[in-house]
Amino acid sequence: MPRDWPKRAFWGDIMVVVYSDLKRNGFELLSKARELADKRGNKVCAVVIGKDAGTQAQEYIQRGADMVIVTGSSMEHFNAEDVSDILEVVVKEERPEIVLIASTKDGKELAPRLASKLDAGCISDANKIYVDGDSILAERVVYSGNGIAVEQFGSFPGIITVPGKAFDPLPIDPGRTGEVVNRDIVLKQQRSSIVDVQKMVSEGVNVEEAEKIVSCGRGFKKSDDLKLIEELARVMNGNTLGCSRPIAADLKWLSEDHWVGLSGHKVKPKLYIACGISGQIQHVAGMRDSGIIVAINKDADAPIFNSADYGIVGDLYQVIPKLIEAIRQKM
Amino acid sequence: MNIVVCAKQVVDVGEIKVNPSTNKPVLEGIPKKISDIDKNAVEEAIRIKEKLGGKITVMTVGPPDAKDKMKELLAMGADEAVLIPRPQGADYHIVSKLLSKGIKKLGDVDLVLCGEASIDMFSGQVGPRIAGFLDWPQLTYSFKVEAEAGKVKACRNMGDRMVVTEASCPAVLTVTKEINEPRLPSLMQILGSARKPIHDWTVSELGMDGETARVLERDLRGVKMERKNIVFKDDLDEAVAQLAERLAKEGLLG
Ligand SMILES: Cc1cc2nc3c(=O)[nH]c(=O)nc-3n(C[C@H](O)[C@H](O)[C@H](O)COP(=O)(O)OP(=O)(O)OC[C@H]3O[C@@H](n4cnc5c(N)ncnc54)[C@H](O)[C@@H]3O)c2cc1C
Repeated sequence: MPRDWPKRAFWGDIMVVVYSDLKRNGFELLSKARELADKRGNKVCAVVIGKDAGTQAQEYIQRGADMVIVTGSSMEHFNAEDVSDILEVVVKEERPEIVLIASTKDGKELAPRLASKLDAGCISDANKIYVDGDSILAERVVYSGNGIAVEQFGSFPGIITVPGKAFDPLPIDPGRTGEVVNRDIVLKQQRSSIVDVQKMVSEGVNVEEAEKIVSCGRGFKKSDDLKLIEELARVMNGNTLGCSRPIAADLKWLSEDHWVGLSGHKVKPKLYIACGISGQIQHVAGMRDSGIIVAINKDADAPIFNSADYGIVGDLYQVIPKLIEAIRQKM
Repeated sequence: MNIVVCAKQVVDVGEIKVNPSTNKPVLEGIPKKISDIDKNAVEEAIRIKEKLGGKITVMTVGPPDAKDKMKELLAMGADEAVLIPRPQGADYHIVSKLLSKGIKKLGDVDLVLCGEASIDMFSGQVGPRIAGFLDWPQLTYSFKVEAEAGKVKACRNMGDRMVVTEASCPAVLTVTKEINEPRLPSLMQILGSARKPIHDWTVSELGMDGETARVLERDLRGVKMERKNIVFKDDLDEAVAQLAERLAKEGLLG
């Protein structure tokens, strides 16, 4: 191995795992890693995995890494079995204190598999990570938004998965230098194989950064009727549509980038208008940080009204056209 | 095909309130249920069994009162159940290792099914951890599963892409809510489930005495949501005018 970095006998350093095709996530993790490492007097090591991994190594250094390990470049597609085997080797060699992995679905299936191979702890979806005395603490939302758990590791290494946009990436610093290490790890013959990969349809919306969201649920009778909320969104100058899980996952009327909730996107617009959404806690978990929440629902007992600032009890097919008219006059 | 379904009893998160004086979520006295997606896992196991035969074992790490809820899964069509007590302060490391050791003890298991995540914590760690511990393939986020003797294929929702993965058994699958509609057991099935065994296995017989948690909870804070809860009804024209007025005042119509 061409490197002069001493192999560590103790658990130190912050390691960031990046897939070569998910750059932005990697930069966000690096910025948090840099902050933690600076406070602890440690180094930041990025492990870049996947095709073309090597081509980006310099950028990871410029964004905060002291060392970049390039590996797994023969892998055709991400699969948790191979990646956890690779990382098991790397982590045992480098002995980081903390390993940060993005909370994408890939990351969420990888992190616990890796954790079990290392007999390690894993904290999922931490949106705050900070040094407190000797410990590193992580906070995450639990009970569908009713609680925040503050957690700490009882052993090293500790693995943390981090949702997108929890941290801001560091700007590029062209003056930063670091070491790039190529590490080839022979992959095992796995008992699983990927036979097909299809890109999901995506309408390319970004609900997480939208200022105004008009959201729809199963109160709509057919996909064509979504024109109503498109129109409402348009008159409000906030043409971002959101939806409940069934609209994206079961009915597929909208692509999954519109899906708001516990298992979808977490949004915090200034205004969130929920139309024909019952307001189950798993939906509310994704939008409870919104500025003003408006609910339109024909059922006066629908739980959404408990989570709303303003509500109208009525048939959305009558209410929305009237609302479009009323808003048009105010704009 | 012998299948283990890992199912968790959870508090009904929709019923949780935050205690204003302690600022902690109140978890005692809340109705409990089997985590929703775990029922989808049981349903999928039953469909596989209907096609290929075999036995379905439900395995739970939880308190003694979980047995009542486990009976619902037996009524749906699982054949037997195993309850392993949850040690104080257990984290995912301990829970998954107990389940993995339980699966080994049971022996001759072809498939392990879990929900993609439990609705209380929503971490989704248990399935992949069991797979890692046993060094089995993992087919996570499956929304369509085809099993045949000795192998399994799943369509998986990985967010930005759909992945079809094939594996030879034994393997671990985690399923999404969309995979099926869990059946409601008939009265006969509910009565019949009383005769199906629920075995109690101990932490020590699984060799896990004294195992320490890798993650410790330092604090649990409640998060209250304060909303105005102003609701307009009856006269829709009036309601809409009022709402538009309020939104304009809030500066949201600019
Ligand atoms: C583990 C887990 C994770 C989940 N994650 C998510 C998630 O991320 N996001 C999410 O949204 N859900 C999620 N869910 C599902 C959630 O529990 C609810 O089932 C879902 O949010 C319901 O969607 P809905 O409100 O569109 O449909 P419904 O609950 O069917 O509600 C439809 C509403 O429309 C109203 N309505 C009907 N007709 C009209 C009309 N003409 N005019 C006005 N109102 C009308 C009805 O009164 C009703 O309140 C999750 C569930 C589980 C178990």
